[in-house]
Amino acid sequence: MIPIPAISAANHDFKRGIQAGLSIAIGYLPIAFTYGLLAKAGGLSLLETVGMSVIVFAGASQYIALSMIAAGTGAFEIIITAFIMNIRHLLMSASLNEKMAEDAKWIKAIYGFLITDETFSVAATRSEKKLTSSFMLGLGVTAYGSWVINSGIGYLIGAGLPETVQAGMAVALYAMFIALLVPSAKKSGKVIFLAGTAALLNSLFSMYEPLSGGWGIILSTIISAAGIEFLMKEEADGN
Amino acid sequence: METNLLWMIAGMGVVTYLPRVLPLIILDTSIIPRKLQSILKNVPFAILGALIFPGILHINDASIWYGIAGAGVAVFSSLLNWNIILVVLSSVAAVSLFSFWGL
Repeated sequence: MIPIPAISAANHDFKRGIQAGLSIAIGYLPIAFTYGLLAKAGGLSLLETVGMSVIVFAGASQYIALSMIAAGTGAFEIIITAFIMNIRHLLMSASLNEKMAEDAKWIKAIYGFLITDETFSVAATRSEKKLTSSFMLGLGVTAYGSWVINSGIGYLIGAGLPETVQAGMAVALYAMFIALLVPSAKKSGKVIFLAGTAALLNSLFSMYEPLSGGWGIILSTIISAAGIEFLMKEEADGN
Repeated sequence: METNLLWMIAGMGVVTYLPRVLPLIILDTSIIPRKLQSILKNVPFAILGALIFPGILHINDASIWYGIAGAGVAVFSSLLNWNIILVVLSSVAAVSLFSFWGL
């Protein structure tokens, strides 16, 4: 006997996930499109271009891989660079783990693949106390679909979007991050402090070459997220 | 498909997948110390700050004002509690106009 109520609840969560993913799908469009375009210009085949989006699903690493391929860099260096760029997902995955409802490990292994800066940010700032795997899958698949499909379209169309549109679309994902942050910031000074400190630190780190790229974001996030806990502890001790 | 490139893509896939999935599978939330749990709960807001700055200032090589204009519209429309997609679209429209006028 199939537990129908459970299935329809999962279905409902999956749909809500898709809805939550739409802003990401829009934001990914110009980036994936441009990636496809650049991959074609760099001499990759359609299969390689879309294959990289299907298997790697990480914007910044894919862009950097293209420029490193063009510069004749070896595969090993490119893989190491991709690793450094994406170590920050460790932090996101550990943080998301606190928010996800308990589920089988193989399901976690599937939606884990769909963690990006954007899907993580949307999931982590949801007001629900716990999120289900179905929600996360709906969210992730929507983002993933946009990324993969628009990579292919960019490759096939092979011409740039009009310049003003390109210039405008460049702000899309940042606007989404702001829209995710503001509702929480309105309610909590702690949120403003956390985001402000990390933003300031990352801006400083970005001026120092070895910390630009992946490490700056990781360091500034850890210092800000851990620092406030220690500051608050001292305050509590002092009282 | 060129074999070398295929292996490179597979390698990138592995090193990208592992950090995404290992904490989810290995960490048992019930035995993580409370202090670390609070820190992990702070991560989303800290990371959002770091993802926005300084990246948004560099969306257009011509000037940082493109990013500032887009950020201003996004903050303003978020404060009005607009739906997230509307926030994104209005910010995109603002920066497009900004670039169209060649400011």
